[in-house]
Amino acid sequence: MKAWLFHLVALAGLAVLAAVLPAYHANNLARVLVLAVYATGYNLAFGYTGMLSLGHALFFGAGMFGAALPVTLWGWGGVPVLALGMLAGGVVAGAVGLLALRTKGVSFMIVTLMFAQAGYLTLIWFNAVTGGDQGLVLPGAARRVLGIDLTQDAPRLWLALGIYAVALLLAVALVRSRFGRIMLAMRENEERSRMLGYNPYAVKLKVLVVSGLYAGLAGAAYGLFFGYAGAGFATVQYSILPMLYSLLGGAGTALGPLIGAAAMFWLIDFVSSLTNAYLMLVGVALIVLVLFAPRGILGFVRERWLPWLP
Amino acid sequence: MKTTLTSFAPSRRAVLTGMGAGLIAGSAGLVRPVWAQAAPLKLGFQLHATGIGASYGRWYQRTADAALKKINEAGGIGGRPVEIVYEDDGTDPARGAEVVDKLNSQHGCDLIFGTLFSHVVMGSAPRAGELKVPYLVCSEGYHVASGALNRWTLQPGITDVRSQISSMAPWVAGNLGKKVTMFFPDYAFGYDHRDFFTKAIEAQGGQVVAQIAIPPTETSYTRYFAQIPAETEVLYHVMVGPGVLTFVKELGEFYGSGAKPQLFGFIDSLEAVDTATPGLEFLEGSHFWEAHPRVKPADAGAAEGDYRAAVGVDDNGASVADAKDVATYSHMFSAWETLYFIKQAVEASGYAGVADRQKLVEAMEAISDLPYGIERPQGAKVFNGKTHQAFGSQNISKIEGGKLVKVHTTTIDEGKYDDAVDYTTMSF
Repeated sequence: MKAWLFHLVALAGLAVLAAVLPAYHANNLARVLVLAVYATGYNLAFGYTGMLSLGHALFFGAGMFGAALPVTLWGWGGVPVLALGMLAGGVVAGAVGLLALRTKGVSFMIVTLMFAQAGYLTLIWFNAVTGGDQGLVLPGAARRVLGIDLTQDAPRLWLALGIYAVALLLAVALVRSRFGRIMLAMRENEERSRMLGYNPYAVKLKVLVVSGLYAGLAGAAYGLFFGYAGAGFATVQYSILPMLYSLLGGAGTALGPLIGAAAMFWLIDFVSSLTNAYLMLVGVALIVLVLFAPRGILGFVRERWLPWLP
Repeated sequence: MKTTLTSFAPSRRAVLTGMGAGLIAGSAGLVRPVWAQAAPLKLGFQLHATGIGASYGRWYQRTADAALKKINEAGGIGGRPVEIVYEDDGTDPARGAEVVDKLNSQHGCDLIFGTLFSHVVMGSAPRAGELKVPYLVCSEGYHVASGALNRWTLQPGITDVRSQISSMAPWVAGNLGKKVTMFFPDYAFGYDHRDFFTKAIEAQGGQVVAQIAIPPTETSYTRYFAQIPAETEVLYHVMVGPGVLTFVKELGEFYGSGAKPQLFGFIDSLEAVDTATPGLEFLEGSHFWEAHPRVKPADAGAAEGDYRAAVGVDDNGASVADAKDVATYSHMFSAWETLYFIKQAVEASGYAGVADRQKLVEAMEAISDLPYGIERPQGAKVFNGKTHQAFGSQNISKIEGGKLVKVHTTTIDEGKYDDAVDYTTMSF
């Protein structure tokens, strides 16, 4: 009960923030929430199940283009393209998982990275359809979901918050379920889990598909919300970002990816106003975090004060 | 972020006007020069300070600062001093959209300009449209004139790549040969060259005999040279990035001292690179497209010297402070010319604040003739208000003794094509 209350209070806090933040930061919050959906899904695979993937940009990109292409090719829009994007992320994650999960550890990381790179080059290859490295601008008319005009700041922010709330609560429910405990068992000791009768391959494949659905939804939402889909979102950078968000906020904590995404986003935004060497300062901040709070911000909080935090 | 506000020295006319106004105001006990009361016009610059566009960004900033200084010394824009707020977009489309937000909502800029890389333009233009802020890009991409963007996005300071490529074809066919093999990078920039040049050379009775796309991750090129058909008369190359030197070196090794086709390239390959760099000897005698000749031509117009002096570039196209610091000369003029275009539109529209942004865009759309002068040192241009795109003449240079020597200038008409969009019919 405490865990549910904690996350509901956090969501209420986000709603207050959404109502009071000035225009610039309110729009940034919408971006952060969509990225947090992506990182929350990544965290299910990485933080809870121990799968260190560098291929999630492929699932994010699949979601983005899974939504964008029906818009540009057939003039679709709204919920169907969001659903298609989400499905694309899940299907691609399942296909990659079928092969990549024959490996684990560093090998899994490299194999997923190779798949993601192949996906990126595929987007470039089909330039005539995908827009390649230049990408596609999505027309405003297609950017409506359930009657909500996504070219307007306030509706976009509230929809982003709604999607994040559902994503977060489903993640909390999942990790607190019996299956969630099996996920943790895979992370902690895969061989012992196998000995107890669980099939690591099947469990990890299911988690990877769920993680891919999150990534696909986030990619589709990012494209529709901000009106642009580009192959750049399928580069390795977008595989590393959710990992950093998770590590910074607290891998294996449900709310950690949001905290990490927000901290990283506003840190870059602030420091880039001071110097062009902002990535170096961000790197220093991450090193400090690793030295003094290796389990991330929320991991640190859980260790010290809230041991019941999922 | 960096803000530049150069010393504001009003013109004699502005001083006299100010004195007159001051006398009137003085009678009411308000004796202050009129320009001291005017709020600065705040222009946001989306700068590629980091990322793959950094070498361009550095020179774009120098060029914009130089134009800003000149404009402020001459009385500002519409009697108001001008300020530029720079924000780094990391040459990244996602960050680019955030920077548009930041310049508009946090810094309160009147408009935004200066973006070069096409993917950043594509990622940022939707947000500019949502915010209803004029967004003037310097990217030479065809995305503006193609109709892919919106009413708030314009490209008044540089000719787009479709026009540049099309205007090269008549000279290439008439002087170098009609059977062309093309080398281009295997992504959108290369495809623009592939598609537009192929059509343009066919219109001249020529033919592209092979199209060889090089993957962006490629580091060695020799195996591709075997695909060059023997009948090739002209080898057209638009390779960009760090692989250019290897490409040229391996091409030289491939042909050796034997017969070789004529070489024609786009200077994008060698922007900010000294053409006398060891390893580029094979390019001696070859031809390049340049929008703005890097080495000052013998027949350069009167504004050329003033422009070079203001930006700090010597006659060879390098920084006056460091001869090894070669400018991105063929592109950076667009930051200068766009700033003067803004000046013209602001003054024509009577723009006073963000409430007048729509009026400002309409004034921009009404501009057509952009004559040669210090405002447009690259050359005269024609602005098409319907497609939001400027058209100017282009140049072809030959490398002689390691230096680019201009040999031909096209007419503006050679680069024109049918309108693909009429933005003026779109709503704001």
